[in-house]
Amino acid sequence: MSTPTTRPQTAPDADAAAVAKALATGERPPRPGAASAALTFGWRGMLKIKHVPEQLIDVTITPVLFTLLFTYMYGGAIAGSTGEYLQFILPGTLVMSVLFTTVYSGVALNTDMTKGVVDRFRSLPIWPAAPLVGAVVGDSVRYVLAGTVVVIVGVILGYSPEGGVDGVIMAMALVVLFAFGLAWAFTTVGLLMRSPNAVMNTGFMALFPLLFISNAFVPPETLPSAIEAFVNVNPFSHLVTAARGLMDGNAEMGDILLVLGEAAVLTAVFAPLTMRLYRTRA
Amino acid sequence: MSTPSTLAIEATGLVKSFGETRAVDGVDLAVRSGSVYGVLGPNGAGKTTTIRMLATLLRPDAGEARVLGHDIVRDADAVRSAVSLTGQLASVDEDLTGRENLILLGRLLGLGRSRAKDRADELLDAFGLTEAAGRLVKNYSGGMRRRLDISASIVVQPQLMFLDEPTTGLDPRSRNQVWDIIRAMQAGGTTILLCTQYLDEADQLADGIAVIDHGKVIAEGTPGQLKASVGSGALHVRLLDPDQRPEAERILSRELGSVHLEADPAALSASCADPDRAVEGIAELSRSGIRIADFSLGQPSLDEVFMALTGHAADDQSHENGATPEEERVA
Repeated sequence: MSTPTTRPQTAPDADAAAVAKALATGERPPRPGAASAALTFGWRGMLKIKHVPEQLIDVTITPVLFTLLFTYMYGGAIAGSTGEYLQFILPGTLVMSVLFTTVYSGVALNTDMTKGVVDRFRSLPIWPAAPLVGAVVGDSVRYVLAGTVVVIVGVILGYSPEGGVDGVIMAMALVVLFAFGLAWAFTTVGLLMRSPNAVMNTGFMALFPLLFISNAFVPPETLPSAIEAFVNVNPFSHLVTAARGLMDGNAEMGDILLVLGEAAVLTAVFAPLTMRLYRTRA
Repeated sequence: MSTPSTLAIEATGLVKSFGETRAVDGVDLAVRSGSVYGVLGPNGAGKTTTIRMLATLLRPDAGEARVLGHDIVRDADAVRSAVSLTGQLASVDEDLTGRENLILLGRLLGLGRSRAKDRADELLDAFGLTEAAGRLVKNYSGGMRRRLDISASIVVQPQLMFLDEPTTGLDPRSRNQVWDIIRAMQAGGTTILLCTQYLDEADQLADGIAVIDHGKVIAEGTPGQLKASVGSGALHVRLLDPDQRPEAERILSRELGSVHLEADPAALSASCADPDRAVEGIAELSRSGIRIADFSLGQPSLDEVFMALTGHAADDQSHENGATPEEERVA
């Protein structure tokens, strides 16, 4: 083959000789394990937060606004006093804030799919699910952050968890675990929709009724019976019940197991679906 | 698993449809190990779809292919272990820095933490990106992005590399750099499948070329063979006055045979093997009062090859692009 023509090289150029040298490593490292590859993708998520910290604004400000709004606007009307209502709704706002954040996982995947880098990831000899699992694991940082903000704001406003710090931590863990399951539903949506905005709208349209027609903000006994029936089968209600139980220190094992089961079902249905779409989408 | 073969890629009858569009319609390829093989065609011809099938990103609807001896469907994992892909859209993460991109890939390819960092610095240095290492890729120029993209493909040296339109949208200087890099990689023993819509790029780099149009390979051979298949030479003439072109066309077709009108309204060319007859043709034009701006006698360009093979110029067919993901992106 023809030799590269010599031309004056200035510093910021690629140098053919150096390229040839850099190529000639002959190194063939063993392929990374599934967990290691997934964690590397989790690291990628962290780096993105590091470079654009502003993207955390929505997961920090929104929960603060929700908590303030609900406590002071509706507290008096619904529970007779803001303090009492705060005690009732804080687990609900925790669930709401974290679950809203899961939509982001779908939006991020949708954005990713429009970029060429996904082709590179898909052509690597790694566990094929690693980019997705890693991204969802990385997103747990957002979930925990959103949840923590709600709890801190709540405590500042006078919330005191009967279940103590342990109860709060366990409630948070349960909500984040459920969020993992739900995130797979939104990654599926993320792969089906054409634009990040469509994912966002679909996500919120699905979340709003499920969150508001639940026991998060009102006791279901006050509702018309048809709606009460829906509230009682709504998985979001189950999550709120379990989280409230843990934070109040009177959780029932059955409630917790039900939530874990629902999270498992969400994962079992939507994780493979996401994988399939990710592999086959051109 | 792997058969001893000097062919890095053997594809027979590859087909891929998107809805009604047959993006790839029975492509056969045979690429020798160690060569640079050009897949040449206009936008929407099926180049990217072919590459994506060979790189195991798309499953063919029909046909078979072996890459480095591994079946692309049954043995996709083995293929992925030995190839790397530089896609048409820059296959790097715009929201990370150049260095982070290379470390990320190093880790994903199995390098240890500190080795991945060293390797990233080594490559940034070789590709002239050390200064930009800590900047986000979205702020890179088109040329820098391409260099990073290619360096990302050799974090671990692949046996075979797919390069999809590596110079589309680059300025001439960056393009020359990418060409140098491709030559250096070939010299290092890497087989390269190069998709391009630039005829001079294939001519410059490729040992073998497949010309592809509407999802089919319409010609194959060395650049020299392709040129020879169209005739040994061509007389190019540019007139001072475009209005005289019809007359010039008439004279040249009488003197020399087949005449092709160029996109430039004052230019035309005629296939012509014999310099003496070319001189005759020019003299005849001059005698008829046709004023000539310049003329040349040379090998047919690959543009003319394309014209002769397809009956249409190698121009943009994106209006019939259908579902083929080959939209051009200018960096």
